[in-house]
Amino acid sequence: MKRFAPFADNVLPWLTLTTMIAALAMVFLYVPNERVQGLVQRIFYFHLPSAWNTFLGFFIVAGAGASYLWQGNRFFDLLAQAAAEIGMVFCTIVLITGSIWARPIWGVWWTWDPRLTMVVVLWTIYAAYLLLRHLGGDTEQIARYAAVLGIIGVLDIPLLHIAVRLWRGIHPKVDKMAPEMLWTLLMCTVAFLCLFTWMLWLRLRSLSLREEITTLRRQAVATA
Amino acid sequence: MLALLWKDLLLEFRTKERLSSLFVLALLIVLVFVFALSPEQIQGPEVEAALLWVTLVFAGMLSLQRSFLLEQERGCFSGLLLSPIDPGTLFLAKMLGNVMFLLLVEVIVAPLSLTFFGVPFSGSLVMLPIVVLLGTVGFSALGTLFAAIAVRTRAREVLLPIMLLPLLVPLLIAAVKVTSAVLSGEEWNGMWFRVLLAFDIIFVVTGWLIFSQVVQE
Repeated sequence: MKRFAPFADNVLPWLTLTTMIAALAMVFLYVPNERVQGLVQRIFYFHLPSAWNTFLGFFIVAGAGASYLWQGNRFFDLLAQAAAEIGMVFCTIVLITGSIWARPIWGVWWTWDPRLTMVVVLWTIYAAYLLLRHLGGDTEQIARYAAVLGIIGVLDIPLLHIAVRLWRGIHPKVDKMAPEMLWTLLMCTVAFLCLFTWMLWLRLRSLSLREEITTLRRQAVATA
Repeated sequence: MLALLWKDLLLEFRTKERLSSLFVLALLIVLVFVFALSPEQIQGPEVEAALLWVTLVFAGMLSLQRSFLLEQERGCFSGLLLSPIDPGTLFLAKMLGNVMFLLLVEVIVAPLSLTFFGVPFSGSLVMLPIVVLLGTVGFSALGTLFAAIAVRTRAREVLLPIMLLPLLVPLLIAAVKVTSAVLSGEEWNGMWFRVLLAFDIIFVVTGWLIFSQVVQE
């Protein structure tokens, strides 16, 4: 964590800012309108990277959880918690942007398409994870339980994917994209990845500071 | 493992608390559906399959709540952990206990609710017990794991369904689909069957492996 700190504190915010401005510029100025859907389609450039971040969050939660169970290193527990919180934010963004897009294109705010269903179920798993942490308190036991939930959650994803796909399907498949669109999507993905990493870093640092304060306070009480 | 399973079953048969309360609860859920929807609306295999599974899931949730409560309250669980039993074995015993309780209830509730819904009993129903069994195993695998977690937290009544229900979505979809195919006597999609089976295998094995992390004191 210490080795990453100079980069995260000095470079990452600027990197996020630059790429985000570039991404915005490309979304609004550079990329052409989609032929059928028109202007609304541009929300897709924020929608898809957010969805990727949602999944990324899930894998970090599970991976960090597994590492925590294995090694008992507190850092991994904090990482899992931070990733769950940030993942939840992006998951919510996916649902909201998807809704805004679906209204003019599909004519409804919500429909039970497999991917929508999947994301809303993922949202509830994130919610369960955060509630377990919130209601359980900050103990070592809860940290282990949360890790178990994170791992089971990730194992559930492939099954969920198959189940909802067999269940029904109308989500647009992206077949061919104009090169401008592809570049814009790429830029947005990079920007969102930077944003994700930066947010994760900030949350991780605040969590470990909180931890440090708790330890110090405990020591102070012990000495007094 | 058999001894552990026997202990749970024996405890239950001495009191019959859990079975009787479960049975009445499941019956009440069925009645609530009938009153809320009116009997005419509960028609077609899809609705009937859905109601059957919702009933089983909610009754099952109550059964899971109880499965660790007795031991937690009287401190017996620490005793179990101190004994030289592998936590994985403990998990399997607990899970099998839950499966058996649920099956005992289902044996009565499933035919009863199908009768209430007016489903004709025909030859295609012979597959129903297999489907119910597969669904119950998957449900109990995840259920036992998360019941063990929930019982050691505050707010255990809320936390169990909150953790369990989202994870059960694939199982629930698959179980309802297969059940509705069985009820309508149609040829079913083998894919659903495989989803059920995969769910069972994945989570029984994961539960068995990871349970030691849950029960560590």
